[in-house]
Amino acid sequence: MTVTLELGLIYAIMALGVYLTFRILNFPDLTVDQSFTTGAATAAILIVNYDLDPVLALGAAFLAGALAGVVTGLLHAKGGINPLLAGILTMLALYSINLRIMGNRANVPLLGNDTLYTWFSGTGITGWTLILVLAIIVLVVKLVLDWFLGTDMGLGLQATGDNEEMVRSLGVSTDTMKIVGLAVSNGLVGMAGAFIAQKQGSADISMGIGLILVGLASVILGQALFNNRFVHGFANTAVGKFFFGTRNREVLIATTAVIIGSIIYRAAVQGALAVGFNPNDMRLISAIIVVIALLIPKWRIRKRPKTTGATTADPAFKEATNVKA
Amino acid sequence: MKRTTLLKTVATSATLGLLLTACGGDDGGNGGGGGEAEGESYKVGIAQYVSHPSLDATAQGIKDVLEESDHDIEVEEQNAQADQATMNNVVGGFAGDGDLDAVVPIATPVAIAAATTIEDTPVVFSAVTDPVDAGLVPDWDTPGDNITGVSDMNPVDEQLQLILDVVGDVEVIGIPYSSAESNSVVQVEAAQDAAEELGFEIQEVAVTNTSEVAQGVESFSNVDAIYVPTDNTVVSGLETVISYGIDNQIPVFAAESDSVERGTIGTYGLNYYEHGRQAGEMVLSLITGEAELADTPPSLADPDALEYTFNLDAAEQMGVEIPQDMVDEANIVGEEGDDAATEEETATEDDAETGDDTE
Repeated sequence: MTVTLELGLIYAIMALGVYLTFRILNFPDLTVDQSFTTGAATAAILIVNYDLDPVLALGAAFLAGALAGVVTGLLHAKGGINPLLAGILTMLALYSINLRIMGNRANVPLLGNDTLYTWFSGTGITGWTLILVLAIIVLVVKLVLDWFLGTDMGLGLQATGDNEEMVRSLGVSTDTMKIVGLAVSNGLVGMAGAFIAQKQGSADISMGIGLILVGLASVILGQALFNNRFVHGFANTAVGKFFFGTRNREVLIATTAVIIGSIIYRAAVQGALAVGFNPNDMRLISAIIVVIALLIPKWRIRKRPKTTGATTADPAFKEATNVKA
Repeated sequence: MKRTTLLKTVATSATLGLLLTACGGDDGGNGGGGGEAEGESYKVGIAQYVSHPSLDATAQGIKDVLEESDHDIEVEEQNAQADQATMNNVVGGFAGDGDLDAVVPIATPVAIAAATTIEDTPVVFSAVTDPVDAGLVPDWDTPGDNITGVSDMNPVDEQLQLILDVVGDVEVIGIPYSSAESNSVVQVEAAQDAAEELGFEIQEVAVTNTSEVAQGVESFSNVDAIYVPTDNTVVSGLETVISYGIDNQIPVFAAESDSVERGTIGTYGLNYYEHGRQAGEMVLSLITGEAELADTPPSLADPDALEYTFNLDAAEQMGVEIPQDMVDEANIVGEEGDDAATEEETATEDDAETGDDTE
């Protein structure tokens, strides 16, 4: 049970990054598959060769991931390359770069070095305490992201994803917005990679492969579950206002949903393994989870005409059907 | 609206169901361990990194030893299929299972994850080439805090010597390997050292995945022989290397016997099934309390697990002849030593007869 929560929380940082590009910027960014490893590799090498503090290593991983995001952003925004292709190109290039970062090795073991995890277990933070600590870390990351999305730049980012032409007509550089968005997104992904590397005790060239699907699954799953009247009704209560604020609320609800989605996704994987599913089928199961989560809102929208009267009365529900939330 | 809510409820409960199943699985594990009270019953978790013949053979060897023992040993097998996130799930699941008496990670990435994650259950690795380099143990004479095991380090210099013995005049040996596998990098480095000593050159070509193996071997120029290290990627695409060898009459040698069975000429190396058995024996002695982990340093392959293996069929196809004195003391697979090959022969004869009939 704790392993599910633990992994779910760490991968949630990555999922938040995916949410930023996929939902906010409307940019399906495949860089993630390797920028995760870039972060892990950077942190691992800095820890092993330069005895860097594990927390600073997380920061370095953020910067390395962000740099990868900037490359994808430049390819797309300045080079006019299709978003998917820009992501794929950066991802391909990063494979070699990641091997370079790791000193031409595929696997950099962290055993015997100080990591966050040796610090955790050294100070007695294990089991449920560890979950609590991780939850606080993820919450802080979420709050910072929420804050960022509420700044002028963050709002510009959201608007860029909604209606690029309009934003450009207002004199905002959508190119800058996209590059910044991709940088922050991949920075988060890289940081999650560094976290996982410290958890599993090594950075490995193949650790990021297929993660975009995990990220999407978490985002879509979380949002499918959170897009209901109950959550949005709750957001209107005093407690809800405390948790989700009043401004920019759909984003704040969505970032929470992404974290929950990541945990649920891990639980689904753990459950499938425990029941004895073949790990070969895991990607198929992931894909099916994503498809189901994608279809649930579709079914709802089809039913909507009948109930339009009822929904218009409820502004929270209207927000729920917002493309972004 | 009601329907919408219903749909939501269904979706939510489905997910909750999955969550519950996750917990249910753990509970099942606990129930299974209840037999421990009877005395001689143990539970061992095997975490394999990916399926391929050598690692599968290792797992089989471990399981066979545990099954053949007098004790009642339950084995729980999980395979991450090279997905690191799944691997963390698997290892984390084992770490949380208080009933396990030992965890056996197969291959380096899982061994590292197990060493990092699992604190209370003894960990016995197998199919790890260099546990010191991986940081699993401080040195070859000392086990780690909670981990020891059996290394599958293959005698690279003796294998290269074998190539010289069989092929004779060798100036350049080509080595295809995956730059993404640290075990291969270690072997290539060892090969370079050996090459200096034995007096030939190494031409290495790095690939990044199985589909690049063909292109990789095509890029060899003027190599007199090819040596395939225990590289998961290249071994997965071994048939490509073999057919290149046959087409160009370049002898291909491998680093382990399973690859010889698949059609390379020969090796002096590990039999992974025996390697697994060796790891299994170590697990058995640790869980039954015959040995203490703190007194069990990591070990290299037993002489039992090292052997000459030749595939005479492959040698013929690649145009070399293996000296008879070497054949005599070796394990022969392929045409003369193997049933499969005999069947193949029969099949060819059958074909010929059928051909006659139709004529």
